[in-house]
Amino acid sequence: MPKTVKLMQGNEACTVGALAAGLEFYAGYPITPSTEIAELCAEELPKVGGSFIQMEDEIASAAAIIGASLTGKKAMTATSGPGFSLMQELLGYASLCEVPVVFVNVQRVGPSTGMPTSPAQGDVMQARWGTHGDHPVVVLSPGNVKECFELTVRAFNLSERYRVPAVVLMDEVIGHMREKVELPDASELVIENRPAPKSRVGYKPYEADVDGGVPPMAPFGEGYRWHVTGLFHDETGFPSNKPEVADRLMRRLAAKIDRHETEIRDYVTESLDDCEVAVVSFGSSAMSALSAVRKARAAGVKAGMLRLRTIWPFPHDEVLELSKRVKAIVVPEMNLGQVALEVERASRCSAKVVRVSKVNGELFRPEEIFTAIMEAAK
Amino acid sequence: MRTEFRLSGSGGQGLLLAGIVLAEAAILEGKNAVQTQSYGPEARGGASKAEVVVSEDDIDYPKAIDPDFLLALTAEAYRTYGKLMGKGLVIVDASVPESSEVSARTVRVPILSTAADELGKKVVANIVALGVLGRVSGAVDLPTLETAVKNRVPKGTEDLNLKALRRGWEIAAAAAS
Repeated sequence: MPKTVKLMQGNEACTVGALAAGLEFYAGYPITPSTEIAELCAEELPKVGGSFIQMEDEIASAAAIIGASLTGKKAMTATSGPGFSLMQELLGYASLCEVPVVFVNVQRVGPSTGMPTSPAQGDVMQARWGTHGDHPVVVLSPGNVKECFELTVRAFNLSERYRVPAVVLMDEVIGHMREKVELPDASELVIENRPAPKSRVGYKPYEADVDGGVPPMAPFGEGYRWHVTGLFHDETGFPSNKPEVADRLMRRLAAKIDRHETEIRDYVTESLDDCEVAVVSFGSSAMSALSAVRKARAAGVKAGMLRLRTIWPFPHDEVLELSKRVKAIVVPEMNLGQVALEVERASRCSAKVVRVSKVNGELFRPEEIFTAIMEAAK
Repeated sequence: MRTEFRLSGSGGQGLLLAGIVLAEAAILEGKNAVQTQSYGPEARGGASKAEVVVSEDDIDYPKAIDPDFLLALTAEAYRTYGKLMGKGLVIVDASVPESSEVSARTVRVPILSTAADELGKKVVANIVALGVLGRVSGAVDLPTLETAVKNRVPKGTEDLNLKALRRGWEIAAAAAS
């Protein structure tokens, strides 16, 4: 069958990706600029036997997808900054209880209600550290419409593989932009499912080796007995205050991501091999940055770009290696320097890190980044 | 070559749809196209802007930098975006008063009155405008635009919209001559 080439919106591609990954349950509270995801899920899920429910708010939405996932369904919600703030409590619950769920955050200007229809990338740190306590989470950042599809599929896969919440961190430009895309056929996709238990006898929902192991997950309603709680718990799922149990659980949760960082990290590079000024960017800022890098090359400056497709885990090793061989790393982002902070930390002062911030609700113009590259090259 | 369009007016005029159809027509002709938008929090009214970039090559930056064509259907949009125009052509509705702030090349086309008075439906002004833009820019052919319009507009309104598109194509010729 010939592949369909069509004009598709980022939010639409995200929804189509979720459905391709096996989405069966969506709960949400519509909010600009993510609303199209809810609208499309409401239309499409009933056609495939799934469920869409509009909840009373974002807290309830996050709780509903966790409940659905516990019954064995793949579940997702979509929101923007104000809603994502409300969901943090439940994101932590999903992390501790090891419930695979996908949160889509189409970022707009914040804090608070901010600028509802304008793009920003201010939720980078919130996506990693928004809920309290150390906790595992994976955060992916699509840089174009096709990647909204691909990375939503991947978010489900990683979420299922490691039993962690996964965040697809988009922004208004990426979510609302329409582009010519050619999506892969369903048969070409690799779809992963959570590890399944072998026997009901002696089933322990939180039993795994401490070296990054992922315990098998039984769906509720199929005869397995297990307990889910936001309290620290032992391998049976029942609460425990024992220091050795708490330590073991916390370290195992972190190891699920830490021990598999190299297989999770994902980025694309442009002209990095011989580059003297490197740009590290993500999401829609990276579109402006790519244009700027190409302009700089045309102007005789050896510029290149590392574009993050996973922000968390962050590619520390790659940034460190890069920082040792470039003059400067330019970090354009639509916030006051959240990814730049991590670049500074990763580069250990080996290279100058130049923050280029845009916080007025508009996408960067390529010239703004071009100027920063040319300045850094001097 | 990269061709940039900015379609501006007020929310509810259907400029976003016009931008989508223009981009889809370009894709039907095998080109690359990206469409973006910006709008206020209001559902109707308020400034609205859709942008389309069409290119034979890969498109990195998705927004218009120095538009080749600006369509302005309100006085506010004409002043706001008209004065930012450099090399490009401004296509403004004939009802919009002239402004000394706009120095770019300008053609005045009776888009809103063609829709409201001649076709009897002011809601098709966006499709009339699309016909005008298609002809003036030369970016897409009329038959492709017709296909793209048919693919997007609500069932039962195809004839009205195709008529609007063709009228736009015709009045563009009159304006250009």
